[in-house]
Amino acid sequence: MTDKTMTPEEAVAGLRSGMTVGIGGWGSRRKPMALVRALLRTGITDLTVVSYGGPDVGLLAAAGRIRELVTAFVTLDSIPLEPHYRAAREKGAFALTELDEAMFMWGLRAAANRLPFLPVRAGIGSDVMRVNPSLRTVTSPYEDGEEFVAVPALRLDAALVHLNRADRFGNGQYLGPDPYFDDLFCEAADAAYVSCEQVVATAELTKEAPVQSLLVQRHYVTGVIETPNGAHFTSCAPDYGRDEAFQRLYAATPWPDFAARFLSGDEKTYQRAVQAWHEEQK
Amino acid sequence: MSAAAPPTRAEYCVVACAETWRGNGEVLASPMGTVPGIGARLAGRTFSPDLLLTDGEALLVRPDGTPEGWLPYRRHLEMVTGGRRHVMMGASQLDRFGNQNISCIGDWRRPARQLLGVRGAPVNTLNNPTSYWVPKHSPRVFVEKVDMVSGVGYDNAAAAGPSATRHHRIPRVVTNLCVLDFDTPDHSMRLAALHPGVTADQVRQATGFALTVPADVPYTRDPSPGELRLIREVIDPDGLREREVGP
Repeated sequence: MTDKTMTPEEAVAGLRSGMTVGIGGWGSRRKPMALVRALLRTGITDLTVVSYGGPDVGLLAAAGRIRELVTAFVTLDSIPLEPHYRAAREKGAFALTELDEAMFMWGLRAAANRLPFLPVRAGIGSDVMRVNPSLRTVTSPYEDGEEFVAVPALRLDAALVHLNRADRFGNGQYLGPDPYFDDLFCEAADAAYVSCEQVVATAELTKEAPVQSLLVQRHYVTGVIETPNGAHFTSCAPDYGRDEAFQRLYAATPWPDFAARFLSGDEKTYQRAVQAWHEEQK
Repeated sequence: MSAAAPPTRAEYCVVACAETWRGNGEVLASPMGTVPGIGARLAGRTFSPDLLLTDGEALLVRPDGTPEGWLPYRRHLEMVTGGRRHVMMGASQLDRFGNQNISCIGDWRRPARQLLGVRGAPVNTLNNPTSYWVPKHSPRVFVEKVDMVSGVGYDNAAAAGPSATRHHRIPRVVTNLCVLDFDTPDHSMRLAALHPGVTADQVRQATGFALTVPADVPYTRDPSPGELRLIREVIDPDGLREREVGP
């Protein structure tokens, strides 16, 4: 079997400016932050980002890498409004496709199933239709004759997700209470990059966790990247919770200062800078 | 707080929220916000014992916290469309027909203030009963017309046709001042109950549109001694409700 392990740099080398990139997790939960940081170290820009948005969107927005965002919300969870996303939106910095949470999920499902759309009972009557004039409706061919929104497939050039464990071949495992939508992101994408806390032997995956925790299957995965603490500062249960203190720092610090202190080096430099900051707080 | 102290405004709000789920049967109570969360657990522990509750993340839990099921976001979003759920959402803006906005203030293309985004408000309002909780009743929230329709109101549902109205219902809006509903011929907002100590005039002044005010407006009922004890000693011993509503 193909060994797909690679570095964060090798993973983002597979991306190009102008691509449509899906980012897994949800809000400030299990975001592939190490991969987003690696992306920030490249010159890649003009991205269409598809995400249940959190600080992944905030970082890319602050760095001016987004041409268009497809989302239902952007939040830091414990801090309801994402400050960098807000600032970018209030400056009109990029285009927005604002969908309902369920429309977004069915859009991913349509893409994963190679369908052009899926019908949903959500969106009509709301301003989601007004602000997305390209959205179309579809009428049931059966006797009910009901009208639904035809959510277009959210097909992705690439997906970035972060899981708790994976093997070298791309079998990915979540160990927390919620898988979020990471399998759908991978299945909706032409190339999927799975970072994880730890790469383990295949047999280790089911030693202590049930087989149902194997969320992502290897035939959808292009690269496996071991990035310990790689979801930081978002949560990655049960390996670690959200780094609330650091998230507050992120939210309160002017972007250039934050980027200069934490994002000017590689991932190891980032993790060391975070540790040093925590030491200072003691 | 002593169990004998009279109910606070926040405790009336908890009771008014709890009442939202009365008689709902075996459905998921999906409260967003502190006071609705306490209200849902109060209802589950007292008069609506069949309600399903979550831990706020991916587990279905009994009121005492015992897990009884798995409800990650993907299943939650699908459960919405099955309709066995009554959600109580927040609202940055609400208008007289129950249109709700949590997305942004100002022109959507370049908002004066970006908020959360529509989240699940469109799917919620078209699929299961959706009530609202407003901890600070003011003309900034209760506006003539919302800037971005996230949650669908009665007028927009009617205009969108049978697929939109089929499962659409907004049972009530609970605020720090009162309970509102849409029990009028045109489904415009009506004052349904006042929390003790609040006058109809106060509500009128805090509302940015003409509200239907019946001749006799009842008061929100008192919590029973048992309910007060549950709220104060079991469900919210740290008094988080008071922080959301204020004294």
